[in-house]
Amino acid sequence: MVPITTIHYLVVAAALFVLGVVGVLTRRNVVIVLMSIELILNAVNLNLVAFSRMWGNLYGQAFAIFIVVDAAAEAAVGLGILIAFFRNKETIHVDEIDLLKW
Amino acid sequence: MFLNHIYLIPLFPAFGAALMFFFGRRLQKSAVSGVCVGVVLIAFIFACFTVVQYTHLAHGTGQPFEKVLYTWLGSGGLDSGGPGLSFTKKDGSTAQFNADFGFLLDPLSAIWLLFVTGVGLLIHIYSIGYMAHEGGYYRFFGYLNLFMFAMLTLVLANNYILLFVGWEGVGLCSYLLIGFYFHRKSASDAANKAFIVNRIGDAGFVLGALTLVWYFGSFRFTEINALARSGHYLVGDPILTIGAILLFVGATGKSAQIPLYIWLPDAMEGPTPVSALIHAATMVTAGVYMVARSNAVFVLAPTAMKIVAIIGALTALFAASIGLVQNDIKRVLAYSTVSQLGYMFLALGVGAFSAGVFHVFTHAFFKALLFLGSGSVIHAMSGEQDMKFMGDLRSRIPTTYKTMFVGMLAIAGIPGFAGFFSKDEILWQAWSSEGGAYRILWFIGIATALMTAFYMGRLIFLTFFGEPRMSPEVEHHIHESPKSMTGPLVILAACSVLAGFLGLPHSLGGSNRFGKFLEPVFAKEAHIFETEKPAQYAAGEKEEEKTDPMEYALMGLSFLVAVAGIGWAYRTYGRAEKGYCEPLAEKAPPLYTVLYNKWFVDEGYDYAFTGRRKIGDVRLGAMGAGEASSWFDAKIIDGAVNDAGWLTRAIATVSTWWDKWIIDGLGVNMPAILTRVMSYPARLFEWGLMQWYALVMIVGLIGFTLYYVWK
Repeated sequence: MVPITTIHYLVVAAALFVLGVVGVLTRRNVVIVLMSIELILNAVNLNLVAFSRMWGNLYGQAFAIFIVVDAAAEAAVGLGILIAFFRNKETIHVDEIDLLKW
Repeated sequence: MFLNHIYLIPLFPAFGAALMFFFGRRLQKSAVSGVCVGVVLIAFIFACFTVVQYTHLAHGTGQPFEKVLYTWLGSGGLDSGGPGLSFTKKDGSTAQFNADFGFLLDPLSAIWLLFVTGVGLLIHIYSIGYMAHEGGYYRFFGYLNLFMFAMLTLVLANNYILLFVGWEGVGLCSYLLIGFYFHRKSASDAANKAFIVNRIGDAGFVLGALTLVWYFGSFRFTEINALARSGHYLVGDPILTIGAILLFVGATGKSAQIPLYIWLPDAMEGPTPVSALIHAATMVTAGVYMVARSNAVFVLAPTAMKIVAIIGALTALFAASIGLVQNDIKRVLAYSTVSQLGYMFLALGVGAFSAGVFHVFTHAFFKALLFLGSGSVIHAMSGEQDMKFMGDLRSRIPTTYKTMFVGMLAIAGIPGFAGFFSKDEILWQAWSSEGGAYRILWFIGIATALMTAFYMGRLIFLTFFGEPRMSPEVEHHIHESPKSMTGPLVILAACSVLAGFLGLPHSLGGSNRFGKFLEPVFAKEAHIFETEKPAQYAAGEKEEEKTDPMEYALMGLSFLVAVAGIGWAYRTYGRAEKGYCEPLAEKAPPLYTVLYNKWFVDEGYDYAFTGRRKIGDVRLGAMGAGEASSWFDAKIIDGAVNDAGWLTRAIATVSTWWDKWIIDGLGVNMPAILTRVMSYPARLFEWGLMQWYALVMIVGLIGFTLYYVWK
């Protein structure tokens, strides 16, 4: 077996990141888009923790805590916007939310 | 004692004129003639005594006697002092502008004084008979006396200003007397013409006098002569030349030379005594007097003297040529006067001042005689003046005939009579002056003498010889004139013979008393001539020298010319019948027409100056130039101004359009429109889809990252 080094964790985090980006760009359902954004944020968290382990200090982990808090707040706000929008337009499909155009 | 009261001489006739002005209407004819002729008689006697007293006083030194009554313009007497009208002279020093009521008696004015009062007296006596049947008797004598006053003021003045007063006065009286029969349009027109043409000359005179006062600082003759002869001034100074020429312009107007002679023939509209007095003996000689008086100035300006001589000679020739073919008896005499005045100016111009003055003196007698004689003829012919209708009056009016014949011999220049001595002296001076520089003028003079003899002979022969060509009623009334008319004729005829001997030249054994008497007036310039031209002598000095044999030759030549002229006239006109024709009209009709129409000079002046002739609507001549200038100013210059205004408005319109459409339209609005137009495509990118925005963002991010990785 190959020993598990930092790079393995970075690759996993990158894969998760790409999945999250693709999901933001391509999914139709707004809730799924929000979930993909969580996925992106968590991938970044994983990256940070891996680097923290590599350098042997706690800077990475401390910042990851910040990001968790931020992600929570953002999810709350995002869901709030979604509910406000749903009350107006009766839809949860992204491509139908196109009022800000000429 | 007489000299001290010299101012009375002009005042006697002035008194007569004033009396006529206030009371003349109420007086009887005899009272009028008594007063007016009486004052002239007193003036003449007074003048004689004055001149005698003067000659005793002066004893041949010729020192002028000056009496100043009152300084009229400016301050103080003859010395400057106190506040006055000061001005700056040409050389920068200041001088006082002075003109006084002053009287000057020297040999020159003495001669004029004597013959003006003498001939004037004879003409006044003549007028008693001539105007006996005319209306306006008191008016005529009043004007004649006024004329005598003005002429005597002119002659006795001691400065240019008082001379000018007299000058204008005689011009005024000439106007009044020519237009005496003012009911006739031709007479009033002639009077206007005389005064207006005279005025043109007067402008020249005033400018000349002012030039002299600017140059010399004074108007007085004594002061100017002293300065001019002092040798301080350069001969040929251009300012003096111009001043002298301007004075001569005045003389051409008053003494009827080219170009201002045109008034004299028309002046024959006046009564015959007027023609005799004013236009033969006295007024027209005023120009000659003035030039002779200014001889010191003229001598300093040889160019001016040359002009005087040339114009004099040309006028003599020109007028004589016209006189050859005129039919009116008075008109022939008028042109004869112009011609003889030309001789006088010729004499003055070549430097022979005493010869010129001598000719004035003799001319006064025989011209007055001829005019008064013609008046007698007209009186006998019941008013007929045209010689075509006279003839064979010899036996019917014998006294008139005899005296006029004497006058004709005098003017033609037959030796023994006055005209010969004076005219011959002028011709001799013209031949010999300046070593013969004026010979061509001598030639003109002798040609004119031939013509003079011819036309005067023609006048006498047509009038008194030949067949009677008048109508029967006129022939019936022919009678000799009364004694008051024939008396003066006889006296004048005697003078025409005797006066010549006063100037008998050395070459003929005489002593030329006339020239000697005048020597002091003119001889002082001799020293100027000696420095410049040794050959030029003042008149009178020549006679002291040995007589040139050429003088005898020329004398003989002029005698021959005179006889030839009279003889030729006798052959042509001596037996003229009723339908006689002019030989010149037969042989050379165009020349005859030109001469008969006075060389069309009057018509020429009419075209050039009076502005009465038009071509279509366009006025000709000097007035036409004025009208053309006025049209030019109104149409073209003002038109240019108007067009400039129109142009400004047009430019403003263009400017407005440019501003509105180009600047505002293109400059300001165009970017706005472009922005708007360009925004249409740009809008197309804004779909409102959130995921599309996110995709664009990611693509950009990846691009940046790749760029930096590959760097």
